[in-house]
Amino acid sequence: MKKEMVFTLNNEEVIVEVDPKWTLLYLLREVLELTGTKEGCGVGECGACTVIVDGEAVNSCLYPVLEAEGKKVVTIEGVASSDGTLHPLQQAFIDNNGVQCGYCTSGMIMSAKALLDKKADPTEEDIRTSIAGNICRCTGYVQIVESVQQAAERMKK
Amino acid sequence: MKGYEYHKPQTIKEAIGLMEGLENAKYIAGGTDVMVLVKQGKLAPANLVSLRNVGELLYLDLQNGVKMGARVTHTAIANNEFVRKRYSALPDGAGVVGSRQIRNVATIGGNICNAAPSADTACPLLVLDAKVVIVGKSGERQVPVDDFFLGPNKVALEKSELVTGFIIPAFGDNTGSAYIKHARRLAMDLPVLGIAARATIKVGGSEARCKDAFGAADDASGIIECLEAEGLVFEDVRIAMSVVAPRPMRAKKAEEAVRSKAISEKLLEEIGEIAASESQPRDSIRGEAWYRREMVKVLTKRALLRSIERVIRPDSTAFPNRLW
Repeated sequence: MKKEMVFTLNNEEVIVEVDPKWTLLYLLREVLELTGTKEGCGVGECGACTVIVDGEAVNSCLYPVLEAEGKKVVTIEGVASSDGTLHPLQQAFIDNNGVQCGYCTSGMIMSAKALLDKKADPTEEDIRTSIAGNICRCTGYVQIVESVQQAAERMKK
Repeated sequence: MKGYEYHKPQTIKEAIGLMEGLENAKYIAGGTDVMVLVKQGKLAPANLVSLRNVGELLYLDLQNGVKMGARVTHTAIANNEFVRKRYSALPDGAGVVGSRQIRNVATIGGNICNAAPSADTACPLLVLDAKVVIVGKSGERQVPVDDFFLGPNKVALEKSELVTGFIIPAFGDNTGSAYIKHARRLAMDLPVLGIAARATIKVGGSEARCKDAFGAADDASGIIECLEAEGLVFEDVRIAMSVVAPRPMRAKKAEEAVRSKAISEKLLEEIGEIAASESQPRDSIRGEAWYRREMVKVLTKRALLRSIERVIRPDSTAFPNRLW
């Protein structure tokens, strides 16, 4: 039986009818058609589905949809400014070749954003720990770490 | 996937009441185990009773020991400075579970109730003499965590009973603990073997003179030589091992054999040997039995040395993952 649920999605209040068996990922992609968030493994191993809920990076594929009720959810679609200016993380990923096939990128950026929102001056270890649950099969991670480092530097200015 | 109803009780009483009345119901907290099982079809509950909105399960009281609600996340434990300093084994374990995304939602109660033979917070709770607080319809009871694990994914809970928290006794300055996860990669992996240790040492000034040895020496022998020369004595020791038996277990014979003995190279070797003889590892995809047994010896020694280091150098914030 469907239930009505209110939550904040990318700074906008949303009212949706959800089936209790959905995950947050299903709601985002299949119902709200925000397909920037990806499904990889579907069981919390790969991090492609990472979104930020109340400031914390989580795997949306394991997040029961009804737990999002009343929460603030940010997806990759809510990262750039409303005028289209990219977030420093997005720009840094482009400038440093942090993107190859792109499938992991939304998740990577959400994990990195959750880190930078809490810690403006992260160490390389902080960065590596925060993206350890995001699997990338293209880059070898070096450019991704460099992208996050550069974004952190640009954001401090 | 078959559907289920999702219930969101606000209190412990309400949660237990729901569990009593509902058919084929299962508690869910962080959901990082339950949701995976449901998605894989290994679990098909008709009702999920969520504990995420039960405020009574979320507390962390650090006065006179630790009183910790079942809903405290791995991230909260791993990031708590006081817990890191005084109950180090626990954040050692909580900080290496899965990934940041998993640790942000996965709870300590869930990790213990799932009772995987490889649970990373199980050995730390065992060496810290933790008790599990359980509430059921007839009231509250407390069970030592050692009596809580019955087998793989089996715990001493009756229908509708709920783990509400954990109690860890206070330890003095002369106690240190550590957990070492031995895995093929640092994140998103289950351990080949996990070893936790707690060492309480008799202090009397001699330990202070070993501080430099830990700071300077980069291999174990130099440090042990110093501990030996200063005549440091183990007052009490705990050792716990995971993935060497159907459930996380204490190495009780090893603990008994070293109580009140002077620390020496020979003694540390002996502890490892006894612990290895108590382990009953199996061959599995992650490692073979003989290898696990050999590594019990190595890691028991390392975990004890790291525990001692934490007594002697409590203020050093970085404990390097030395290959002792």
